[in-house]
Amino acid sequence: MKAIRSLQHYVKSFTLWELLLGLRVTGRYLFAKKFTVQYPEERVPKSPRFRGLHALRRYPNGEERCIACKLCEAVCPALAITIESEEREDGSRRTTRYDIDLFKCIYCGFCEEACPVDSIVLTRFNDYHMANRSESVMTREMLPAMGDDPVDALKDSRPWPSIMNKEMLLAMGERFEAEIAADRAADAPYR
Amino acid sequence: METILTLTLILAKIVAIVAPLMLAVAYLTYAERKIIGYMQVRIGPNRVGPKGWLQPIADAVKLMVKEIIIPSGANRFLFILAPILSIGPALAAWAVIPFGKGMVLANLDAGLLYLLALTSLGVYGVIISGWASNSKYAFLGAMRSAAQIVSYEIAMGFALVGVLMAAGSLNLQDIVLKQQGGLLHWFWLPLLPLFVVYFIAGVAETNRAPFDVAEGESEIVAGFHVEYSGMTFAVFFLAEYANMVLISALASTLFLGGWLSPFEGIPVLGEPGLIWFVLKMAIFLFLFLWFRATFPRYRYDQIMRLGWKVFIPVTLVWIGVLGLAILFRVGPWFA
Ligand code: SF4
Ligand code: SF4
Repeated sequence: MKAIRSLQHYVKSFTLWELLLGLRVTGRYLFAKKFTVQYPEERVPKSPRFRGLHALRRYPNGEERCIACKLCEAVCPALAITIESEEREDGSRRTTRYDIDLFKCIYCGFCEEACPVDSIVLTRFNDYHMANRSESVMTREMLPAMGDDPVDALKDSRPWPSIMNKEMLLAMGERFEAEIAADRAADAPYR
Repeated sequence: METILTLTLILAKIVAIVAPLMLAVAYLTYAERKIIGYMQVRIGPNRVGPKGWLQPIADAVKLMVKEIIIPSGANRFLFILAPILSIGPALAAWAVIPFGKGMVLANLDAGLLYLLALTSLGVYGVIISGWASNSKYAFLGAMRSAAQIVSYEIAMGFALVGVLMAAGSLNLQDIVLKQQGGLLHWFWLPLLPLFVVYFIAGVAETNRAPFDVAEGESEIVAGFHVEYSGMTFAVFFLAEYANMVLISALASTLFLGGWLSPFEGIPVLGEPGLIWFVLKMAIFLFLFLWFRATFPRYRYDQIMRLGWKVFIPVTLVWIGVLGLAILFRVGPWFA
């Protein structure tokens, strides 16, 4: 019995049997269907819950949703949100500063969950990059240079600011409002 | 006048061999990335030029314009010499490869010996690079590579002895002509074990997977060429691939009848020609890539065991068998 087994072993190793089996596997995969997605041209579908870049929404009448309750700032596990607020002339409380530091943000979506008025949301927009840490803090003065449309900034492959300020966030919200609203509606039955 | 003419002719021939070889090497890297990609259910490079065809050119340009860094503790002279030493033999060996009847740069009568000498010379490039880099990884890689190449050299040499016995000549053209008569007359059949041993030893000799312990990325970073950059690295790269093409060319010359057609006797298809030689080489090159996509790296002691305790006995036994076969004029080969 033992002799037969060792003979078998010798025959197998001398005919390179196991190696040929391995070659057969890779040989088969040579002709298998490829799954590669050609990214910028082809994209995989995204869920309505996709958590990409942030945006601040407005009501249909153009009024900002955000009431500066700072719940998002409080819940943010990465301490990425900084809010300052004051009373507006009509007596309502509004933010004067709303910054999200994209270097800190972990895209957990807690800010969106916390917001009582569905103001801060995470959009599907996810192709942006930050090229330089030192220049990535965006100030109000830089906004005109970025263009009115935040998506244009991407197309020119201008680097994205790592700190999204209020103007940027609102611009994002205006730009993607239809998509944001549709995604929220699609996800509503499960919440 | 006469000498100048012959010199120019030889130079032209050298260019005619080396230029297509370099092109083949460039596109071999492309083929490698594509084929291995396909075997891993990816599609490989496809962005530079149509279908990625310009990728090797882009890589070459990148490597050429990059800085050559010489480590501070390195021996400058040897450091630069090592890549040259490794590419030199890989190119020089092509002098005796016959591409067709009479199509050979130097029709040496001791062609096989010349090849054996030159292919063993390649290891000096590796050893010297490891030594001159003054880096422990490079040194370890060089030591591994040296031990491996020396062990497999012996098995390879014995395999070539078999070819020499079967052909009765050291001249590569004669060896090819001895194999005339179609697929079954080629030496791969009577020398099957030697053929297999030769090709596997060739894979080991070129430090390709699964015998790539010399550069074992997972344990010694990149082995002997870890300190090299830019053009010096590119030359090592070229040498490795040129060696692969060389081993493929040798295997097709010695065992698969070189430029002979597998369908001899049939009109048109039976014509011998360069195309058959290139096709046979392509098969071997594909095998190189296929192996790399399939096999994990051998453990070091297993490599040594395979070389010393399996290949050398196998070749020795088969040389004995071959001797008897020749003595009794067996089959169509030794009749
Ligand atoms: S997604 Fe998460 S980490 Fe990012 S700002 Fe909102 S709460 Fe903070
Ligand atoms: S975005 Fe929402 S949670 Fe954050 S401060 Fe404004 S209203 Fe409050």
